Formats: sequence, C-alpha cells, structure tokens
Amino acid sequence: MKKTLASAAIAATILLSNTVFAGDVVRIATEGAYPPWNALNSAGQLEGFEIDLYKDLCERAKLECSMEQTAWDGIIPSLQAGKFDVIMAGMSITDKRKKKITFSRSYASSPAVFVVNKDSELASFIVAADKISLAELDAGEKTALDATLAALKGKNIGVQKGTIHLNFLKEYLKDDATIRTYATQEQLDLDLQSGRVDVAFAAMSYWHPLFQKEEGEDFMAIGPGFSEGPFGEGVGLGLRKDDQVLADKFSVAINAAIEDGTVSKIATKWFGFDASTK
Amino acid sequence: MDIDIIKESIPAIAQALPVTLALVSISLFFGFFLAVIVALGRLSQHSLLNKPAYLFVYIFRSTPLLIQMFLIYYGSGQFRDELDAVGLWYFFKEPWFCAILSLTLNTGAYTSEIIRGGILSVSVGLLEAGKACGMNALQLFKRITFPLAMRQALPGYGNEVILMVKSTSLASTITIMDMTGVYKEIASEYFSPFEPIIIAGSFYLLLNYIITILIGKAEKKYALVTR
Amino acid sequence: MDLTILSWGANGWGDEFFYGTLMTISVAICSFGFGIVLAVGATTMKLSSYKSLQALANGYTTIVRGIPELLVIYLVFYGGNTLLMSVAKGVFNYSDYIELPVFLMGVVCIGLSSGAYSTEVIRGAVLAVPTGTIEAAKAVGMNTATRFRRILFPQVVRYALPGLGNVWQLTLKETSLISVIGLAEIVRIAQIGAGSEKQPFTFFLTGLILFLILASLSDKGYLSIEKWANRGVRSS
Repeated sequence: MKKTLASAAIAATILLSNTVFAGDVVRIATEGAYPPWNALNSAGQLEGFEIDLYKDLCERAKLECSMEQTAWDGIIPSLQAGKFDVIMAGMSITDKRKKKITFSRSYASSPAVFVVNKDSELASFIVAADKISLAELDAGEKTALDATLAALKGKNIGVQKGTIHLNFLKEYLKDDATIRTYATQEQLDLDLQSGRVDVAFAAMSYWHPLFQKEEGEDFMAIGPGFSEGPFGEGVGLGLRKDDQVLADKFSVAINAAIEDGTVSKIATKWFGFDASTK
Repeated sequence: MDIDIIKESIPAIAQALPVTLALVSISLFFGFFLAVIVALGRLSQHSLLNKPAYLFVYIFRSTPLLIQMFLIYYGSGQFRDELDAVGLWYFFKEPWFCAILSLTLNTGAYTSEIIRGGILSVSVGLLEAGKACGMNALQLFKRITFPLAMRQALPGYGNEVILMVKSTSLASTITIMDMTGVYKEIASEYFSPFEPIIIAGSFYLLLNYIITILIGKAEKKYALVTR
Repeated sequence: MDLTILSWGANGWGDEFFYGTLMTISVAICSFGFGIVLAVGATTMKLSSYKSLQALANGYTTIVRGIPELLVIYLVFYGGNTLLMSVAKGVFNYSDYIELPVFLMGVVCIGLSSGAYSTEVIRGAVLAVPTGTIEAAKAVGMNTATRFRRILFPQVVRYALPGLGNVWQLTLKETSLISVIGLAEIVRIAQIGAGSEKQPFTFFLTGLILFLILASLSDKGYLSIEKWANRGVRSS
C-alpha cells in the first residue's frame, strides 16, 4: 500500500512538473532555420518575424518568456517531454498535429505558391485571381483554381516531405501530375534548377526572400497564392494538451495584436507582405 | 503503440514492395552481366582491359553508394545542357534511371569480385581435360569454367543479393517511393517512428529470409551435380 | 568546373570539407570501436551454453543485417529520445528532458550495424582456434586468464584481422548515411555546398574522391597491422 501511494505521488509530481504555472518563465522554442520566420543571424542570435512577435505577445499576456533554439525534427516529442512549453516555429495548425498537441489561434499564414524557372513555358501563365481561399471558393476563385490545375496537368511537381503542401498536391493533383517528394528544400531547389521537376511548391514566405538572392534569381512564382483548406488555419503556437489555459491566454493576446495592426506591421517588415490572419 | 498508424502502414508499405522488388531485380539483372564482363576484364592479360576493370571495381567498392547515387542524380544536373545535346538528359532526368544505374554499377563491381574468385577456383586439371577432349576456348568457358565458377560463387552471391535489398533503400533519397520512402513519409506525418518501422522492417526481413532460403536451395541443387 | 570554390577560407569549401573528413573519420572510429564491444558481447552470448543468450545475440545479428541501415538511422533519430526517456522514466524514475547529441546517435546507429558484421567475424575467428592449443595450455597448467591472454586472444586477433579489415571499410562507407540526420560529415558538406553553389557534380565528386583517399589510406594501415599481428608466424 505504501508503495502504491509513493508511486502515485511520484506520478503526480511528474504530471504536474510538465504543466506551466502562473509566475513561471514560459519557455518558447523555435527552429532558427526557417527564415524569415525564425533564423540565426551572422552573430548567432535569433531573429525574424516570430522573434519580434513573441516579445509583443508575452507583454500583452503579462507573461515572462524566454526563447530557445531547437531542431525541427522531434520538436513535438520534445514539447511533450517538457523540454520547453511552447512551439513557435512557423508550425501550421493541422488536424494530425492537433491529435498530439493543442494550438493557440493562428497569428499568420503564408500563401502557398507554385514556382518555376524563368525560362519555363509556364513562366507566362497568368490567372485573374492572385489569392485563393480553398475553404469557400467564389466563382472567380473556382475558375482560377481550375485554370491553375489544368496548367499543371502532366507536369513533374516537387515538394518537401511531411508538409501541408504535399497534402494539397495529394488532394488536388494526385492523378494528373507526378509528385516528387524531397527530404530538404535545398535538394528540391537543385532539381528545379536542373529542370528535373517543372514546378516546385512551397510557402511564399520561403520563396520571397530567396528570389532576392543569387540562388533564387532564376526562379519565379506563377499563378495564385493558396490558403486555408488543406493548409489549415494558418500558423499558431503549439502547446501541450494540458496547457489549454496558457494557450487561451496567448489566443487573447494574438487577437489584440492582430486587431491593432501590430502583427501586420511585423509581418510586412519580415515577409514583404501582410501575412497576418484576420 | 498506435494501432491506427499500424493499420495505415501495412497497405501503404505493401504497395511500395513492388518498387523495392523492381529496383532489386532490374539492378541485379544488369549488374550480373556487367560483373561477368568486368571479371573477365580483370583476369585478362591485356593491361588495356585489366587496368580499367581494376579501377572501376576499386572506385565503386571503396566509396559509399549514397555519394555515388547523389553524384549520378544531382551531379548530372550540372551538365544538363551537355547531356541534352547528346540526348542523354532524357534518361538522366528520370530518378528511376539514376537509381538503377547507380545500383547496377555498384552491384556490378561487388559481383565481379565474387565471380572472379569463382573463376580462379576452377582447377587447371579440369581445363586441361577439356582441352584434351578438343574443346575450344568458348566451349571451355561455357561448359567448364562458367558453371563451376558459378557454383563456387553462389554463397557469396547470396550475400550480395541481400546487401542489394538493403541498398535499394537509398533510392528513397532521390525521390523514389520504395518501402523506406513510404516509411519516412508515414513516420514524419504522424511523428511516430516506431509503428511503421515494425511493418517496414518485417517486410525487409521477410524478403531477405525468402532470398536466403532460395539461395540455400540453389546451393543444394548444384552441389549434387558433383557427386 | 570552377575549382576555386574548393579553396580554403571564407569563399571556398576546402576547410569545410577538411572538417567534414575529420568528422567522417571520428564517426567511423567510434562506431567501429562500439561495434567491436558489441561484437565481443554478442560472440560470448552466441558461444555460451544458455539458449536464451544465444537467441538474443542471433536476433540482434539477424535483424540488423536484414533491414536497411537507413531505417535504423531514421528510427534512432526520430525515436531515440522518446525511447531513452521512457526507459529513464520507467527504470530510474527520471523525468527531465534528455537529448542525445546527433554525433552519439550516429555512432549508435553505425555501431549497431558494424557490430553485427564484426560478430560474425570474431565468432568465426574464435571457432578457428585449434582446440589442441587450448588443451596444450591446460596441460602445462595455465589458468583461464593466462590461457586467454597468451593463447586464445593472439590467435583470434590474427584470424579475425582480414574480416575486421572488411568491416572497417564497410563502417567507413556507412558513415555517409548519417548525412540524412544532418551531421556535418563529408556527404552532408557536399550536399550543402552543392545546394548553395549550384554545382552538385563538383561537390559530390570531391566527396567521392575524399572517400577514395580514406579507403586507400585504410588499405595501407591494414597491411602494416596485419604484418604486426602475423609477426612470428612462419610464412610458407
């Protein structure tokens, strides 16, 4: 009996030790390798959209926060194990991830775009709409979507593994195009360069800064930017399921920061476009 | 353990089994012919034949398959225009072609050493007996050297086949969705590496078990001939 | 092909490749060593008279030699921390966060595979020792420790050397697989360079040549070790 009580007490402390209490420092983790969301600068310090934003959010929620860097692979298990309390690493809110962790409301979303080589025959492809929300299509968006899908028919499309972009391609182009998946974005870029894939698909927030650099000067985006539907509700903070209270606190802060235009201001600074979610 | 992930893994990985089988069988098929040619080249007296053969075997046996594959796949992209001009880009553009090419070259190098060992093991007396019966060089090779060398090489070749099954997993790094490619996709989608590896691992083990049995049977069958 | 990108310094990749090569060598040496330790354990188990120990060692070599190394690496990389923490929690009641460094994970993966091959080599070498020499040692009154040190060990080393030479070359090549989990060894450096300079052929060829150099150095080293081990053995 004594033994069961003791182990129950230990079990309770283990459970409790993983929950965040008021007054504790909230440990936020980011990847530091996903510019311009979060990245290490040449001085070895974290910088980016999310680094500016977390400071604002914590101030609004009256929380004391710290930020650390961690690897993207295994970021969810590390959260669950209690290495840190919050993931803020450009993580999209998806149903599969929701099974493991809970999310705050979304603070930003980057439209997904198709990118080609400038000498590609697709380079001149134009549609009327420049944004398509997949959740509820109006007539114009429907026409633009169909035109884009038709243009991509029979093409080789490259995409990174384990991403929401792959989910989109599986849903809309599975039978009409050849989908190639890559472990890293740099491998995909090499194959786009050599023409092994005709089109690459990823977030605008990745492409936009790349286009300004030498490595990306031959690439260009075509067609509309896609959001919602398989892209989920945008990017949010990831927390342990038993930290719902903290998640709600952050959601309230995000609401306020979006309403007074702070998020949109920080987003424009880092992305060159307003990525905040209304 | 999440039963749902296991349930989803089984059909997904089973669907990729033919991909793995195709990679193994096609590369082994071409690799075997390459190996015979290279082995004969190495045993030749002409340095114009044995030097290049030696170099080929040395390079492919002492460097990792992964970098050979990357060199052929991503490396060929650097010479896209040149390859296009001679009509080869049509082939190098395809991940399948690059995977089969690198696996074939790799197994060709390893198998040639196994076959060379087999040929060297054929006793001179048998060849002399063949000559005495009036066989010409081609007949000697076809009727005596080759069958005896193959029998000697069989156990070593069995190991090579199993190594090839494992090697094909590297094709997943150049976008081919074989069993390892599908494993990686499921594991990263669910953030659970444990459940799908039970399935993928079992498939590989089963495949290698069947190969071991088949090779064992073949060894038994050809061993009888000598009695 | 522009070879200035392979020069030393801030604009070239020469220094990166140099450190990548050192990393490859370190991973190979540590994995090979870890593999030998595993192999000695597994051999002892295989040659013991306990059925359960034999089965355990046989299971290890069969599984590791039967499934692709890449799968093992993905498993350890994505699942190693979770597994380690649940063991720590279950056995030691330790619930803080533990993280294995990538280097260690790499050594564990490559070592597991290297060990399985070394097991077969060492087992073969032990069985090759003529029983007569052991009996003779017993007859002159050597105790177990002396027998091991003077009779068994030197012979096993000599018989195992050619096989272990092969395992070393295999281990060296297998370190390349660690690149998929981001450890900055030769292949990973070649990948990063290929991506940022857009010259994949130049970079992967450089990596290939570095492996060729390592392999031929290993051949040389192996020959001198074999000479040392066979000192005092009459050559026919």
